[in-house]
This record gives sequence, structure tokens and C-alpha cells, in this order.
Amino acid sequence: MKLDLRLPIGLMFTTFGVMLVVFGLLSNRDIYQRSLGINVNLWWGLVLLIFGCVMLTFALRRPST
Amino acid sequence: MEHIHLGAIDYAILIVYFVFVLGIGWVLRRYIRSSEDFFLSGRSIPTWIAGLAFISANLGAQEVIGMGASGAKYGMMTTHFYWLGAIPAMVFVGIFMMPFYYGSRARSVPEYLKLRFDEKTRGFNAITFAVMTVFSSGISMYALAKLLELVLGWSFHASVLVSAAIVLAYIFLGGLTSAIYNEVLQFFLIVLGFFPLTLLGLRDVGGWSGLTAKLHVVATHAGYAPGAWSHLWTHTNTASANPMGVDWFSMVMGLGFVLSFGYWCTDFLVIQRAMAAKSMSAARRTPLFAAFPKMLFPALVILPGMVAIALDATRGGLLPIGSDGTPNYNLAVPVMLAHYLPSGLLGLGLTALMASFMSGMAGNVTAFNAVWTYDIYQSYIRPGQSDRHYLWMGHAATVFGIVLSVLAAYATTRFNNIMDMLQLVFAFVNAPLFATFLLGMFWRRTTGHGAFFGLVIGTLVAAVHHGLVLPQGAVVGIKGGYLGAVLHVYPSEMAQNFWTAIFAWSACFVCTIVISYLTRRVKTDEDLKGLVYSLTPRITDHEDKWYKRPATLGVVVLALTLVLNVIFW
Repeated sequence: MKLDLRLPIGLMFTTFGVMLVVFGLLSNRDIYQRSLGINVNLWWGLVLLIFGCVMLTFALRRPST
Repeated sequence: MEHIHLGAIDYAILIVYFVFVLGIGWVLRRYIRSSEDFFLSGRSIPTWIAGLAFISANLGAQEVIGMGASGAKYGMMTTHFYWLGAIPAMVFVGIFMMPFYYGSRARSVPEYLKLRFDEKTRGFNAITFAVMTVFSSGISMYALAKLLELVLGWSFHASVLVSAAIVLAYIFLGGLTSAIYNEVLQFFLIVLGFFPLTLLGLRDVGGWSGLTAKLHVVATHAGYAPGAWSHLWTHTNTASANPMGVDWFSMVMGLGFVLSFGYWCTDFLVIQRAMAAKSMSAARRTPLFAAFPKMLFPALVILPGMVAIALDATRGGLLPIGSDGTPNYNLAVPVMLAHYLPSGLLGLGLTALMASFMSGMAGNVTAFNAVWTYDIYQSYIRPGQSDRHYLWMGHAATVFGIVLSVLAAYATTRFNNIMDMLQLVFAFVNAPLFATFLLGMFWRRTTGHGAFFGLVIGTLVAAVHHGLVLPQGAVVGIKGGYLGAVLHVYPSEMAQNFWTAIFAWSACFVCTIVISYLTRRVKTDEDLKGLVYSLTPRITDHEDKWYKRPATLGVVVLALTLVLNVIFW
């Protein structure tokens, strides 16, 4: 294949994950009132980060089949 | 409604996404050497990518905003669009129809019609399809811009121009491959961007049981039985017992059979993704593979709408009231985003929303430029040119396809539910077409004249039927009744559309058979080899592993869908 699609997917979600986790750690607690008191940025950021890393691992392990 | 304020983090997420979208187009531009590369990705796409693009191309305005709106307006019955409509049709196209599409080496759906029937049938289909895709793409763009204007206070014109420019850039650079790759990116973004909304919404209403209890309030308020918003089939004995205004027969025939099969089995927008697959078995697995995530999509796109109406009824004032005094259902999903997501995830959710609109638009534009270039330009305007010339034409078609979509976007302003308008267009064009394909693929006696006139009569019948009936409460005009008399009033637009489709399909089916018997067969059995079921050698799947065989996948998909129907009966 020309471009392993898992590479951009992995990169993009890793970036989003890092952005949200960092923002989740730094942001004021008050903004989480609307999300039922859960720091969704931190938790969902971690989900995205894991997803992104899994995609990257696949992309780097089996280069373009 | 009050505008949502975005923080720096939200804009940053949006910008990162645009960088990736354009970056993919930029990287792929080097691989576009021939028109086949541009229009069909050189037939080299692996199954999982083609499968996700197959869903994502359809994941435009009608899916995210329209399905959320319908979830609020009609409740659980909206799920029929998936578990009765899309899934069985996707199984059918993968198992029975893909062998002819892929096997005939046709480059587009209209081209298959030329191989199977004749030039005029292809011409008719190519032109109606081109018009339809431009409108779909325009609707997508209109909905996006309108939404951004309402929710964020962005300028309508700027939104139209910016989204058009981005889609133009990445398709122009990388053709179908770029569109497909971006569709897969968008698929993940939409799933991961909306899922927190579903989770938070469900948690807030107290899980499924809390949601149904609140939906009972919604239903009783509207004068229906308590379960009318939370069951699939229980309230379909008569049309008046459910908010959709549809009984089980028109549901099964209109939506389940004609409209869904018409869309998923003949619409080049989705078929093009499977045609780009790298082998016959990959092409057949594309829609089957796509059916698995598709099955779960109601949780992502319909459920937030149901939560919105449930909260609106029990806590009040969630949905803004439109100018006609009813809630503005199209805002159900954006309102939910603003209600639950804090800065950060809000940016992700809005980016996902924009991604869905752009993938819908890009899907239409790539299908349009292929049909325009191969089936209209190469066939009727300038045949016999070099491949280089047609590649150039593909680029040019991308530009004017987008310009036409922008014009269509400005023309789309009349419907309060986008879904209804799209269903109307599909009823006119796709419904009769499905009869043509069914007969063409499975009955070798079908002639070119039969197919062509059957199709024309089917489309005319759709127009005549639509022109003589009205949905309840509508005025004569674009919603029907324009032929001077109103012979019947349907309980809802949905019911009207389903019946328009049923009439169109039946007319095309019957007329094609009658005219085929009256006309001479021109194509010999030898000509039709690979195009008609009974004249094509059976494909044996034995070389694939058992879990990769289309038939196995199809049975698993249908069994799971049946289980879902029973659970939510």
C-alpha cells in the first residue's frame, strides 16, 4: 500500500490524546459541572491516547503490507 | 439559541484535524498517475479501509444531524433505518450484487447499466445520479453552515466557502484514495468524538431504564401509548399509533425493501468504495465488514436525540422552539454537545460533526466526478481522448462539482428535517433503479428498452404520486400536491416518502417485465456472461478461511440484527 493509513490515524489521535490529557490536568474543575462532575477531558484523552498508540504500534511494526 | 463559546483548546483540535486532512491529500498526490488512480484508487484498497469508507461516505448530514433529529422526533423507530433498512441491504449487495459490479470491471454503476443494457439506460442513470449527488452534497454543506451559524455564530457564507475549499483541496490532490483515507479518519473521529456524549447522556437519564421511563412521558404527552418512543415494532399495527405515522407494512416494504435496497445496492456513492477494493473477495466483504459497526451506530447517532427529547420533556426547555412552534429537532445533537461536553471534548465533538459533513460531501463529489467524467464526458462529449485528458477532466469536474454543490446549498432552505428531503430524492431516483438492477442481474430476458422505459415510468410514477398526495399539515408545494389535486393525505412525510418509493418501484418492476416481453433481446447469452446471475459461473469461496467467506459473514450479520430487533421489539 502507498501510505499506511494507520500512521496518520495513530498520529492524529495520539496528538488529540496528549492535548486533552494535558488540558484535563490543567483545567479548572468548574467546567466539569456539565459533564456530571467527571473530568471527561482527562479520561477520554487517555482513551484516545491508548487508541492512537495502538494504531501507531501496528503501523510501525508491520510497515506497508 | 445562545451561542456556544469555544476555547483555545477547541480551536486547536479543529486545526490539528484540518492539518491531517490536508496532509493526507498532499502525501497522496504523488500516487495519482492515471484516471483509474484518481477515480477508483487503482483498485488497491484493503477490505477494512474500504469497509469503513463504505459507512463513512454515507455518514454525512443525514446521519449525524438527521438521525439525531429523527431520534428525538420519532424515537426508537428511527433505528429501523439501520436494523431493518441498511443492514439487510448491505448483506444483499455484498453477497449477491458485488460479483456483477466488481466482476464486470465496470468503473461505475451507470457503466454497468451500459454493459448490461444499453447506452440510453446508462445516460439516464448517469444524469439523474449526477444531479442527485450535487444536491446531496449541497444539503450536507447547507446543514453544516446553518449549524455553525446557529451554534457558534459563525458566518454562513464563510462556513460554506471554507468547508468547500477544504474538501476541494484534498480530493483535487489525491482523488478517491484521498477521499477514502479521509473517510476512515473521519469514521474514527466520529465514533470517538460522539461516544462520550452517548455515555454521559445515558448516565444522566439513569441508563436505559431511566431513558424509557422518561420517553413514556414524551409519548403520553404527545397522545400516544407510553411505549411509542421506545419500541421498534410494538406500535406499528396502525400508522396512527406511532409518531412516525407508518404501519409495519409500509415500513417493511417502503423502507426495509425499496428505499434501503435502492440506496445501498445501486447508489454509486457507496458502491464506488467497494469497487476500489483490491480483489473480488475484498469487494464482497466490504459491505459485510461495514455492517458490523453500522449495527451499533444507532447508539451513537440516534440515542443522543432520544436522550435530548427525554430531558426536554422531563426537565424542560432543552430544545429550542422553531418558528412553527414545534421543537427544532435538527438541533438535538448540537444542543446535547453543548449541554454535556466541556471545552476540550466539545472541540472534539464539533470537529467530529464537521468531519461527518465533510465526509458526506467528499463522498458525493468523488462519485460525481467519476460519473461525470466516465459516463457523461467520455461517453457523449469527448470520447477517444487520452487517459491524461480524462484525468485532467476529473480534476476539473471536482472543481465544478463543488461549485454546483455550493449553489445547491443556497437552494436548500425549505425542509425542517433534512432526512425527509433526502428520502424524497432517493424515492424518485433510487427506488425504481433497484427494480431495474434486480431484473437486470437476475432475469436474462430483461431488455434495454424494458430497463430504460421501466426506469423512466418508475421515476414519473414517483413524481405523479408525490404530486397528488400530501403529508398531514403540509401545504401544497415542494412537499407534494402540486398536480392540482390532493387524493390522499398521509399521516407523516415519512409515510408519504415510503409510499412514493413503493409505487415507483412497483411501476418500474411491472413495466420493465412487460416491455421486455414486448421487445426483442439484443444481447446474447455470451454478451451477458458476468453480468447476469444465471449466466455467470458461481464464485467458490473455499479458498478463503471460513470466517472470511461472504456467506458466513452475511449469516452472522443477519442473525445479530435479528437479535437486536427482538431485544428492542
